[in-house]
Amino acid sequence: MAEPNGVGRRRFLGYLVAAPTLAVVVGYGVDAARRPEAEAAPSPPQPEEIFDLGDAQNLAAAPTSGLISVQVHPDGTASFAVPRAEVGQGMTTAVAMMVAEEMDLPLDKVRVTLAGARPELLMNQLTGGSNSMRSIYVPVRTAAAIARQRLVATAARRWGVPASELTTKDGVIRHPGGRTATYGSLAAAAASPRTTRVEAELKSPSEFTVLGTPRNRVDAYDIVTGRKVFAADLRVPGAKPAMVRRPPTINGSVVAVRNADAVQQLPGVTDIAVIEHGVAVRAETFGQCIDAIRALDVEWGPGPVDRESDATVLAKLKKATPPVLVPPLPAKTIDAEFTFAFASNSPLEPDIAIADVRAGRAEIWASLKVPIVAQEDIARRLGLPQDAVTVHVVEGGGSFGRHLFHDVAAEAAEVSQKMGKPVKLSWSRTDNFRQGRTHPMCVSRVRVAYLGGNVLSYEQRHTSVRTDFGHGLGEMLSATAARLPIAGNLSIAESIFALTQSSPYNFGVTTQLLNEIPLKFRTGSMRNIYSPNVVCAQELVVDRLAAAIGKDPVAFRRKYLKDERLRAVLDKAVAAGEWGRSLPKGVAQGIGVHAEYRGAVAALVEIDCRPETVNRPIEHGVTGPRVTRALIVVDAGFAINPRGLEAQMIGGMNDAIALALTSSLHIKDGLPLEGSWDDYFYTRQWNTPLDMRVIVMPNSRSTPSGAGELGVAPSFAAVACAYARATGTMPTRFPINHGTLGFEPFPVEPSTPQSPTDGLDHTY
Amino acid sequence: MPTHTFQLNGKQVTVQAEDDVRLLWVLRDLLGVTGPKYGCALGVCQACTCHINGRAFNPCSVPVGKIKPTDEITTIEGLPGTVGRELHPMQEAWLAHDVAQCGYCQPGQIMAAVAKVRQVRATGREIDDGDLDEIRNVCRCGTYSRIRAAIKDGAQHM
Repeated sequence: MAEPNGVGRRRFLGYLVAAPTLAVVVGYGVDAARRPEAEAAPSPPQPEEIFDLGDAQNLAAAPTSGLISVQVHPDGTASFAVPRAEVGQGMTTAVAMMVAEEMDLPLDKVRVTLAGARPELLMNQLTGGSNSMRSIYVPVRTAAAIARQRLVATAARRWGVPASELTTKDGVIRHPGGRTATYGSLAAAAASPRTTRVEAELKSPSEFTVLGTPRNRVDAYDIVTGRKVFAADLRVPGAKPAMVRRPPTINGSVVAVRNADAVQQLPGVTDIAVIEHGVAVRAETFGQCIDAIRALDVEWGPGPVDRESDATVLAKLKKATPPVLVPPLPAKTIDAEFTFAFASNSPLEPDIAIADVRAGRAEIWASLKVPIVAQEDIARRLGLPQDAVTVHVVEGGGSFGRHLFHDVAAEAAEVSQKMGKPVKLSWSRTDNFRQGRTHPMCVSRVRVAYLGGNVLSYEQRHTSVRTDFGHGLGEMLSATAARLPIAGNLSIAESIFALTQSSPYNFGVTTQLLNEIPLKFRTGSMRNIYSPNVVCAQELVVDRLAAAIGKDPVAFRRKYLKDERLRAVLDKAVAAGEWGRSLPKGVAQGIGVHAEYRGAVAALVEIDCRPETVNRPIEHGVTGPRVTRALIVVDAGFAINPRGLEAQMIGGMNDAIALALTSSLHIKDGLPLEGSWDDYFYTRQWNTPLDMRVIVMPNSRSTPSGAGELGVAPSFAAVACAYARATGTMPTRFPINHGTLGFEPFPVEPSTPQSPTDGLDHTY
Repeated sequence: MPTHTFQLNGKQVTVQAEDDVRLLWVLRDLLGVTGPKYGCALGVCQACTCHINGRAFNPCSVPVGKIKPTDEITTIEGLPGTVGRELHPMQEAWLAHDVAQCGYCQPGQIMAAVAKVRQVRATGREIDDGDLDEIRNVCRCGTYSRIRAAIKDGAQHM
């Protein structure tokens, strides 16, 4: 699927709009839905290979037009309000690079902000599916190119010279005769008196000086000085801290509050209100909110999954898993079944939103990846017209899928409305794990049939607790469903599964199917949705298959891989990662490959499972096997910012290590037991690889692939395969330590634990 | 309501709060100093890490009543002031290695890193992988390898 790198200059459309200084708007989703030719392959292409989730999002976005804009200011800066969320993925840096490139403006003269909810964008304001770079790459550059062209034309007219004689560099226009003008000095003169349709040429990749070069984050200075503003740091007048006492089971209800009057008298408390799933308290400080919610005496009603625990959910999943086919004799088969525990998509920043709901209007501040759906839903809940609700998108302290939903924003609006005052509502850390969205438990059953050295069939039956796609991705897909090249009438979840999953191997008859059970847990997408589980199961079976046929795991993959880009990243990883090097007993390598979002990745890790490593003592910490060396080789099509891409791969590897080895939720009687980061054990310094390397392959395409999620699945697979080879036992339950509860759970009531008081005993 | 006086980023501050309110909320909610982040208020994630008299601690786990008038509290905002420069060498190392992703944990990571380097130096050693393994600060974006590289680099200039 490689395409030539040197696509020449092409012309793109945009508009100059009437404004005090130069402003350009451009249509969205142009150049979308280009479908690469499917390759001839013994296995017919699966849907994801010819048309993936990002293509579907691009297609859905195509009709929306004229809605993103670059503005040039008298101080020489250009600004761009991007209709996407920044949650750590470096999107604002990449967008600033696009503007800087096409305008010939220094990167630090580009200001990128996050646009609030803009209903006119329809579904074109969703940050998810690793789609941001793919969908805005051409429109943003087009807007910037038109702005530059207009500035040049303005200078040419002023100086009475042909525009073709002028050059631009670092925000300055030059004429060979010696005259110069800064963009800032022309910002007003270049403004258009009326909206005018114009065309501009984009640079070809060979002309790039910014795009494709490693750049540091544009928000790094603010971050390291503590100046970056997250939702909790905003100062909205009157928006005092608020927290919620929550039921002891997921989505339980409030029957009665027995001591509201007494709690109202506690220091700092200003208001108490019963809400749908708890009792909210507003106070002068969050600490006093914690004191007050803990003091509340509440009678709770049941929630929808009170009778469910890990074992009951697993039994339901196994029962619902469809059968695999029985291949004809004399073929041999390998069967395997893998269980993946519930996982939390909570970022480090607790869910938080500010809401100021008054008669006839409301204003919301939160990190939101689908702000239009949030606006629509909050307006409906408050009984307000949609345009009476203003939604501000704030930069988020991570997302990992959590901010696709606006749960905390809706709750803040409910609390503000009921109290009649502005609130800054934060979930507690324990709320985030116990009542927040989860990646649901799932079971993946795989059967491969082979005869001699030939693989005849690969079947995967993936059964999961229902994943909630109610954040609007579903609406967008259903709106374009008729245009998707997938036969049949699939559900939204099945559509997303089909659009994201495909086997990279020529394994003959290949089927990968999803089944869901409708348990009402609070679920949602987590970084890379189904792929980490599906690919981990697949790669473990591939290793077993290779062993059964008597081949080395790498040689076997090379033979069966369909895609040249995947073979190239595999070869690079094998060489750079020294595949097959001599290692002590109990230490082993593992490899995993994955193609998705039009990118290709190979991960090669070494894991140390020797007792002296596994049993390292860390107070209140999980040790276990350690991935000591990790390598990711990534082909991201066109790597917009290789340094940012590398960061996403490093994060993907650490997510994968957590998913494979240490992090999960244990469900007991309708509630996860995990309540802190020492319970939900995401990778820590003592788990992270000592040697972490990322190799970015030379660009194989002229357009970027998705990147934010790409590294997780192959890394998860590589860690699992390495563990299997180091221990001689293929793991079938993930994370591998899920069977042992490594912590003392916080009580289920009160829902938020009290903060410690002994901090001065632990200084260093 | 009790009055509390202490030294904050080189200046004396006075604030009214109940004795048991944790210092993190006094800093964030009452004094508007928002560099220290709320990640758990359980003394686990360490996103609020600051310095007290030059040593790292978690203000989420210290009632303000335990802070003495002579105690010097340093938050990320006051870290450059401790070396009399625009940025502390550890902050510069963070920029050079492009460490941050979402950035939420990074003020705490930097404060922890500075204290860790000092702690190791006090024993006559330079920081190594074993010391870095002891840092408990959670980075949910998983940028640990860049944190490690930045600390080793930043230590060279401290």
